[in-house]
Amino acid sequence: MEIPYVVQPRPDTGLYNAKLGIWLFLASEVMLFGALFSSYILLRIGAAPGAWPHGLLNIPIGTVNTLVLITSSITVVMAWASLKLNQFNRFKMFQGITLVCAMLFVCIKSYEYYDKFTHYEVIMTDGMVADGHLVEKSDTHITLKHVAVFHEGEGTAGDHHGEHREEMRIEAAQIRKMENYGPWHNTYLAIYFTLTALHALHVIGGAAVIAYLWGPGSRMWKTDPERFTNRIEISGLFWHFVDLVWIFLFPVLYLL
Amino acid sequence: MRQRRTLPRRIDPMSLKAFHIVFITASTLLSFGFGAWALREYLSEGASPTNLTMAALSVASGVGLIVYGRYFLKKLKTVGYL
Repeated sequence: MEIPYVVQPRPDTGLYNAKLGIWLFLASEVMLFGALFSSYILLRIGAAPGAWPHGLLNIPIGTVNTLVLITSSITVVMAWASLKLNQFNRFKMFQGITLVCAMLFVCIKSYEYYDKFTHYEVIMTDGMVADGHLVEKSDTHITLKHVAVFHEGEGTAGDHHGEHREEMRIEAAQIRKMENYGPWHNTYLAIYFTLTALHALHVIGGAAVIAYLWGPGSRMWKTDPERFTNRIEISGLFWHFVDLVWIFLFPVLYLL
Repeated sequence: MRQRRTLPRRIDPMSLKAFHIVFITASTLLSFGFGAWALREYLSEGASPTNLTMAALSVASGVGLIVYGRYFLKKLKTVGYL
């Protein structure tokens, strides 16, 4: 028995099966990300005045990542249009660029995560705070680089204007508390890691599907080109959704 | 003789083309918004060349996205899938 509406749209909905399926899936994704965005907004407006951290993220790096994703959305559409124009080699080229962009995005995001996990806030016994990147850690001491030193409770992390030092050695006996900028550090970083890690998982998942359709899955072009083109459209719709989420995430997390 | 008017073809709102137009519109707004933000930072936090560079680049990318959006609409008119 042949499954109907695999390629041609259903007359009543105007959609073929896979397109209806992906839009239902995207609707559930909107609810997932919508709930997290709502949580962010409520946490943000519920924070004490001046307590919400600013300047913790590297804006130029985030901007580059935004440009990478916008480029990948353009190439994914060009790949689909190439198939519509019966240009399989151009499809391969454009979809290849999309995959490179996806990998680049994940690499840049990993670097940002690494930067946060090596960024430490060290509260010393004399009430001073040293904020910098870990260079060396031993039982007797730690060494930080690009350090800002300020009094505890003076401003919020990221925008303090204390004394700046290139490198600083702190003896273990001087340390009262030491914590990196992981998701446990504060509410902002908790929601930042939750949202961006979930988004990165979507990027990896989307890239895996695109890679399959670019590689072994592309054999379908020879047997059923119309159905293959529809598959590319479906993967493109998901990719656009993932990129659109980032278009909202970037200003909310990095700028505001 | 009265010429017959051709109605504009309706864009399928659930097609990749329609979603791409929405995406490019959102990206263009982000570019100009980010440009305004970077310029404000440049003016309020002292003359940091990074902020001015980011403002200029984001406005340029916003203009580039508008040009691309127009090109995209024009180019894909030849693709008979609407």
